[in-house]
Amino acid sequence: MKIKTTQIDNTFAEAFKMYGSRIIITAETKEWAMAAAQSVTGFATSVIGCKCEAGIEREIPAEESPDLRPAISVLFFAMDSESLGKRLMERIGQCVMTCPSTACYNGIDEGNGVIVGGQLRYFGDGYQISKRIGEKRLWRIPVMDGEFLVDDVFKTKEAVGGGNILILAKDQNTALKAAKAAVKAMRCISNIILPFPNGVVRSGSKVGSKYKALIASTNDEYCPTLASLVEKTEIDDGINSVLEIVIDGLTLEDVENAMRVGIEAAIKPGIKKISAGNYGGGLGQYQIHLHKLMGNEKKTNASSS
Amino acid sequence: MPLHLKLHTKPDVPLEADCICPDIVQSLKNNEISALTVFHGNDQVQLADFFECKGTFDGEIIIDGDLENIKHIGASMSFGKIIVEGNIGLHTGACMRGGEIRIEGNASDWLAAEMLGGKIIVKGNAGHMTGSGYRGSSVGMQGGEIIVHGNVKNETGHVMRRGLIAVGGDSGDFTGVNMLAGTIIVLGEMGIRTGAGMKRGSIISFNKASLLPTFTRNCEYHPSFIKFYVRYLEKNGFSIDSSYLDSPFERWSGDSVEINRGEILLSKYKNK
Repeated sequence: MKIKTTQIDNTFAEAFKMYGSRIIITAETKEWAMAAAQSVTGFATSVIGCKCEAGIEREIPAEESPDLRPAISVLFFAMDSESLGKRLMERIGQCVMTCPSTACYNGIDEGNGVIVGGQLRYFGDGYQISKRIGEKRLWRIPVMDGEFLVDDVFKTKEAVGGGNILILAKDQNTALKAAKAAVKAMRCISNIILPFPNGVVRSGSKVGSKYKALIASTNDEYCPTLASLVEKTEIDDGINSVLEIVIDGLTLEDVENAMRVGIEAAIKPGIKKISAGNYGGGLGQYQIHLHKLMGNEKKTNASSS
Repeated sequence: MPLHLKLHTKPDVPLEADCICPDIVQSLKNNEISALTVFHGNDQVQLADFFECKGTFDGEIIIDGDLENIKHIGASMSFGKIIVEGNIGLHTGACMRGGEIRIEGNASDWLAAEMLGGKIIVKGNAGHMTGSGYRGSSVGMQGGEIIVHGNVKNETGHVMRRGLIAVGGDSGDFTGVNMLAGTIIVLGEMGIRTGAGMKRGSIISFNKASLLPTFTRNCEYHPSFIKFYVRYLEKNGFSIDSSYLDSPFERWSGDSVEINRGEILLSKYKNK
């Protein structure tokens, strides 16, 4: 399939079942809420090395937020509900509770409950106060600027991680511009995050390594500098730079939507090919086929090759 | 279609009608409901002697008429909804466990006494001992929500242990007396001796209050949980002037004659 001058590979993105959670961080100003959100999502690009994946989903205006203050919505993903609960406890405790004027609320209605505020409350050393509002229990933990308000329980639900697209460009500058455009378009989709820096990853990985201790290593098929060295390469003539965008979402549909709008936005002159990463279909629970995905777009933009 | 009970004869003395409760009428036919026993003073009579019974119970009971002398309506109810189209008498929703009672007029004393769960909304005023414990009880309200749009009288939330009482108008003396935990929000003014003997719990007022000398001032700050409550109450039809929320609250701890873990939060909006 070819859209404009860009080839869409007949392949699929291999995505995985993960567990996701949404937290809502509020603060006196948007800047403080953002500071906490950036801190809590730090070092959370890949479950391989960071134990979880996290990112900022969107800003929430004060009138829509739980306590009528500016808010930021953050999504977290991990391989199981229990470990996700641990990550939430650690990160909310270290990065949100520590940030001036913030409060932190659960942002998902359904799913398994993991106790977060119910553990963080012990920081209050006996001065913590519980408040029950409707079905919700909140903890008020005394801190030096007032109180840190946090939900007792956060919900985790089955989600989808590892949706991805690969942008193969004539040069690095073109790849960066296309990736930036794709990220901008994808961030308009709800329920997804792009966990890598600015949403983009350059060090795509394959499973395994020549070194036994490593479970993943560089995706040599897509490394331009190895084009003539490896047995199999995806680097065709004219391709000199590849960037990947990884998408985690609360549902498969959200991930598919994000991939679709991302591909549409990334198609530009100089983008030779759009592909997707997979492991042969043997690892992930979901296969998102690019041709099927882009077949849903307007026919005026697409032409089959 | 809801069960409709219309008062056709006003009782001379208080009528104890704790049978007007979803838990009791749910499996009964209208003639059986009409035959339910009520106490008129110390006389055992039938519900039909005072109420006309129409409709079919579908989870909701609508009660109509001058009900100021009718007691114990919705007492111990665990589900469903009762709508009172006017004023209501003593002990309404006492020991209620679930469901909702909506009172379009005023409620008398002992509203939701020793309530365990559910919700009561009063569009008018409520009397003394709203959400309180009975005399001799060490624990009063243990859950649920009481939302009174008007005023309440004395000893609101007496020995309250859990739950929420929100008052749109003023409260009388001894608001939250001997309170163990829970939350009382008063948008209007509170009477004297607020929180006397309280152990834990929160009393929040958007007005000035004269506090007992056994309460000590901690600080002035912006408690974000109050905004959370405001948002929740607004969803339940309670309107709060948003200008209150931008002002800080003064936090007072007490009662030091007890364990001193209770708090009274007073908005600085009208205390400047």
